[in-house]
Amino acid sequence: MTDQNGPQYQRLLAGKVEVVNVGLEGFVKDLHDCGIGVVHVDWKPSAGGDPQMAALLAKLGV
Amino acid sequence: MKVVVLNEIRKGFYLDSVALMRLSREVAACPGVIEAALMMGTPSNAAIMRNAGLLNEGAAVKGNDLVIAVKADTEPAARDALDGAIKSLEKPKSQGEASAAWRPHSISAAVKVRPEINLALISVPGDFAAAEARKALNRGLHVLMFSDNVSLEDELSLKLQARDAGLLMMGPDCGTAVIGGAPLAFANRLRRGKIGIIGASGTGTQEVSCLVSEAGEGISHAIGVGGRDLKKDIGGITTLMAIDAFDSDPETDHVVLISKPPHPDVATTVLKRIGQSRKSFTVCFIGASDMTVPANARFSPTLKGAAELALGGKPIGAEFDPGAVASRVARRPAGGGIEGLFAGGTLCAEAQVILTAAGREVTSNAAIPGVKTLCAGRDPGRDRLIDLGDDEYTRGRPHPMIDPSVRDDALRAALRNPALSVILLDLVLGYGAHADPAEHLTRLVADRGQDAPVLIASVVGTEQDPQVRSAQVRKLELAGIVVAPSNAQACELAVAIANTAGR
Repeated sequence: MTDQNGPQYQRLLAGKVEVVNVGLEGFVKDLHDCGIGVVHVDWKPSAGGDPQMAALLAKLGV
Repeated sequence: MKVVVLNEIRKGFYLDSVALMRLSREVAACPGVIEAALMMGTPSNAAIMRNAGLLNEGAAVKGNDLVIAVKADTEPAARDALDGAIKSLEKPKSQGEASAAWRPHSISAAVKVRPEINLALISVPGDFAAAEARKALNRGLHVLMFSDNVSLEDELSLKLQARDAGLLMMGPDCGTAVIGGAPLAFANRLRRGKIGIIGASGTGTQEVSCLVSEAGEGISHAIGVGGRDLKKDIGGITTLMAIDAFDSDPETDHVVLISKPPHPDVATTVLKRIGQSRKSFTVCFIGASDMTVPANARFSPTLKGAAELALGGKPIGAEFDPGAVASRVARRPAGGGIEGLFAGGTLCAEAQVILTAAGREVTSNAAIPGVKTLCAGRDPGRDRLIDLGDDEYTRGRPHPMIDPSVRDDALRAALRNPALSVILLDLVLGYGAHADPAEHLTRLVADRGQDAPVLIASVVGTEQDPQVRSAQVRKLELAGIVVAPSNAQACELAVAIANTAGR
């Protein structure tokens, strides 16, 4: 969304990056080592491992 | 020979792909094992295992099942390996892991706990990556999608959603980005400075950013856009947003855009947008012939050339003279051929540009426009430049930047090939990459014969990287490998040696 400070993607470069990591756990240590805030998600395939159902649920905002 | 295939399916058991690849290698090394794989049972992984004859007929697997598959020459060997794999999986977690902080199970839960989160780094299997990216965008997060194997339709839909929400959607298949000093995925530790990078190519971005950083300048941010962003179907959505972002970034004076040649319509749109920018640009469309760019931009067909333009014309590795180095190389096997075995796809593309410009006949599995596509067993007279990160080598296997052994078989064969004078190699350092690729390489080539081809390498990395570039270079040089300051200069040296082979 755009506000008086411009779209969010323009502000991303000016601000601080805080990361949620979903997938390879190795990326977490690299970010920590550089002083970047990061939360790792204990991820498992959703929707019983059915990618199509997972995509549908994501579209529905579930 | 009769082979035995055993499968074990663990329902609802998830491990990330790097952990699974590590275990797969351990199991594959067990006595009597021909092939082994530990994979999540996603549709694409199941297809890979079926094609490799590793999944038994009738085995029903789902995306949240972990599949252990072992092919061995005897039943006891297969059973022992399978039991070993199961034991490894059931090993209790170390004290450190067990006492680790609480971990949310979803992006939504993570954002609730830490509302400052503004970016999701997604590297789950491709079959599920689009769904996770959509959840992140729905939560107002920028996304870097490292995962590949995502459809063009999903990419377009995610990028349109992101643009509408004012969010950056980097990827899919985005190997690297550096935002405000945060190394995202495979990235190097770089000096901060005034040069921004927009990259549709991971190793291209790494090579340019490292050359700039090692030359004493710095990088403000490197935005990855994914390898397909400049294709007609996507229309450069993220690239155009990245130009907007750099336009309003006071920390950036100059921007380097790196990509394989875009679709002509997309190139026109992007170049027009560059012409409207307040910043100066270097446009590096690797493999494109010299093209007209706006007045505030310069064009380079190579990564080294792009880095030099970004540095205001300062030459990279000026002290390195390929002709002089070639004349000092003691052994010059007479074959005359060059074989490039690359971990970096864009480094392979840059090699094609340089070898063809030098008049060499080239073939590649990742051919740039004008280069012949590699066909096994054909074109014996041509130099072969192989991208080992291409799907045919990495389907179900780690990328050679993570696991350099992906290159081993091809390198062993090349060392014995009398038609070759030179083998060209790249080592890519940084976060996410192998801890010591030089050690792996030097061990492999230690017992090469006197008449083996000359080994020439380039090392993509910085002194600040965890592997320390100079330490890797020293290790290679002690093993008799010639190291050039850049991939482009490694290629120039290869040409200089091959053109005078046997003399």
